[in-house]
Amino acid sequence: MQISLIKKTSVAGILVAATLSSAAFAADDYKLGLVTFLSGGAAGPFGVPAKNAADLTIEALNNGTLPAPYSSKGINGRTIVPVYVDEAGGATKQSSEYRSLVERRGVDAVLGYISSGDCLAIPAVAEQLKTLTVLFDCGTPRVFEENSYKYVFRTGPTATMDNVAAARYLKDNFEGLEAVSGINQNYSFGHDSWNDFIGTQQVLNASTKVSTKQFPKIYAGQYGAEISALMVNSSQVIHSSFWGGDMEAFLLQGAARGLFEEQTPLLTTGETAMFRLAEQIPEGTILGGRGPFGVYAPDNALNSWFRKAYTAKFGTPPTYPSYKMVQALLGLKLANEKAAEKVKGKPTQDDVIAAFEYLEYEGPGGTVKMNRGKGHQASMEMVYGRFTNKNGKPAITDVRRYVADCVTPPEGVSSSEWIEQGLKGAKCN
Amino acid sequence: MPGTKKLLLIGGMPLLLLGSWFLPGWLGFLLTIALAKGLVVLGLLLLMRAGLVSFGQGLYYCLGAYTVGALGQYLETSNVLLLLPAALTAGLGVATLLGLLICRYRDIFFAMLSMAFSMILYGVLVKTMTFGSSDGFNVAPPSLFGWAPANDNGPLLTLWLALIITFIAALFVWRYLRSPMGYAAEAVRENEIRVEYLGRSVQRIIYTKYLLAAGHIDPEMAYWTTSGEFVFIALVGGTSHVAAPLLGAILFELLRTYAFEISPYTWQMILGISLLGIILFLPQGVWSLVERYQARLKSS
Repeated sequence: MQISLIKKTSVAGILVAATLSSAAFAADDYKLGLVTFLSGGAAGPFGVPAKNAADLTIEALNNGTLPAPYSSKGINGRTIVPVYVDEAGGATKQSSEYRSLVERRGVDAVLGYISSGDCLAIPAVAEQLKTLTVLFDCGTPRVFEENSYKYVFRTGPTATMDNVAAARYLKDNFEGLEAVSGINQNYSFGHDSWNDFIGTQQVLNASTKVSTKQFPKIYAGQYGAEISALMVNSSQVIHSSFWGGDMEAFLLQGAARGLFEEQTPLLTTGETAMFRLAEQIPEGTILGGRGPFGVYAPDNALNSWFRKAYTAKFGTPPTYPSYKMVQALLGLKLANEKAAEKVKGKPTQDDVIAAFEYLEYEGPGGTVKMNRGKGHQASMEMVYGRFTNKNGKPAITDVRRYVADCVTPPEGVSSSEWIEQGLKGAKCN
Repeated sequence: MPGTKKLLLIGGMPLLLLGSWFLPGWLGFLLTIALAKGLVVLGLLLLMRAGLVSFGQGLYYCLGAYTVGALGQYLETSNVLLLLPAALTAGLGVATLLGLLICRYRDIFFAMLSMAFSMILYGVLVKTMTFGSSDGFNVAPPSLFGWAPANDNGPLLTLWLALIITFIAALFVWRYLRSPMGYAAEAVRENEIRVEYLGRSVQRIIYTKYLLAAGHIDPEMAYWTTSGEFVFIALVGGTSHVAAPLLGAILFELLRTYAFEISPYTWQMILGISLLGIILFLPQGVWSLVERYQARLKSS
């Protein structure tokens, strides 16, 4: 009897605690589901920096301490309450978690997704559950090329422009380029990156030869054989879309064997390692940041607030996943507030969607234009530059900026078609 | 006793179908996935009873999914009554061929070889750009002879499908285990070839509706960690009864969802500790609790 009484009271206690804690969420909170990698290989370079940026920005938004035009509190005055979910487990698991977020935990909107596989699977569920969803980081252009969605937006540019701009950068900076080679991970992002790059390269400079292309498996960590292949079949430039630990391992192992003495690496995501590996990155390496982020971000009030606050709180300057997270949060806030302005009151979800379509706004990385994918897909400028550490301080030289219309296919044309047709309709500065 | 059990089973089915109407969407979806995985583990159960552990069960899971996905893409059909048998045939065909080779091995060699075949499929799919490489592709929602359920009821159709197929498969395995052949496998472990074929033929039903439910497929389904998940479920549930893997799968999915919620950073630890706990305290799986309860009923 004694035991069962204890059991009963503890159960009752838990129930009371549960109701109390759920009551702590006031009705006027804006509950936001936030999904990024918190475990696995993509957590360190992408997931956690993005989550850190979200924590920082949400706190600042709730206190109303951001520079204008984001200085109003929360979203339409509602306090933002984040609900974090780990993106691990694959697309099916994530579909299940998405339903949980919307139906069980009652979020107002979902913001997240780094993996392209998740970004392809989630929109179908979002449409089914009619919930506003913002994709912030994933790169595959297929999301809005193969389908059009009402409830789904992507505030980050697609990966196509990384590699189109990379080829343009080579044309502008490497006269008489004869041969390139490539090392990319054996999965969608790696294959797509290489195909876009070499496709554009052949449009811009048909005589370029491919010395060798390597596709080691993702998270391999050891690239001895591939480095040998790259050394034997040498070229002027080595293209790589490696990211995170793989990129760092390749840089260290390649440098140790002298791979980069004659050949210049072109790292489409290299910006993330710029400060951490400042001593190891070869002089002149071409670094991309998947948009005007990190060191490539413009000098505006928002960016200087963000760099300062992020560096102060986390001890390292923010990299592109952090920028893309802030950009997504600000887009969501702005769409909500524009809609409220228009209807002069509390906007419905449809009002917010209408305001989000074709929205143009300023993020810490500069202007974001939601002008692709029927107003649901962002386009931005793309920047490349070369690394230098001559003065003992990591910096970027030879910076070139390419406007969005120069490196992004026009509305209604898919990336692969566009490259195949010789980049028809590209408008460059 | 068997008579009442049968009645309970037959009467329980419509009740389950009806009950699923009232489930919240997220739970219905979770159950569909759990049942799909439970079905694969049902195949695994047959192998485990004969003392064989397969780390390549994901092969059939993935194969069925891609059969349906590819048919949906190129024949533009989403009729489940056409897609299911197609996936079944594909799985059966491959199982028959591989079975000839794999049945010569035992123990760790069996496990490694089964895993190898699964990883070959993974490797091929990652290189196949038409199927979206590692990103996979989306599958159209299922329909029945041109009748597609309204948007809101879509998941319900797959859940019902999952329930019915699981029911039939479980009944089939249950009968088999009770047949002299089934007992033989357990006692003498002589009949591995037989068991294996059967195990295989059960799983292939599964993946099909799994993928119908998920609406998205990718090569990860043939990756060895997916197969490892199946073994995890088998360990959680136990192998002493056909209902055990189903129970294990539902427990596993629920556990993972709540672990995600409680500690987004360390949910793997919760899974690991739970598995350790089960191995230490319930070495026969969660189902052994039910058995203990039944034994107590009988003795009192």
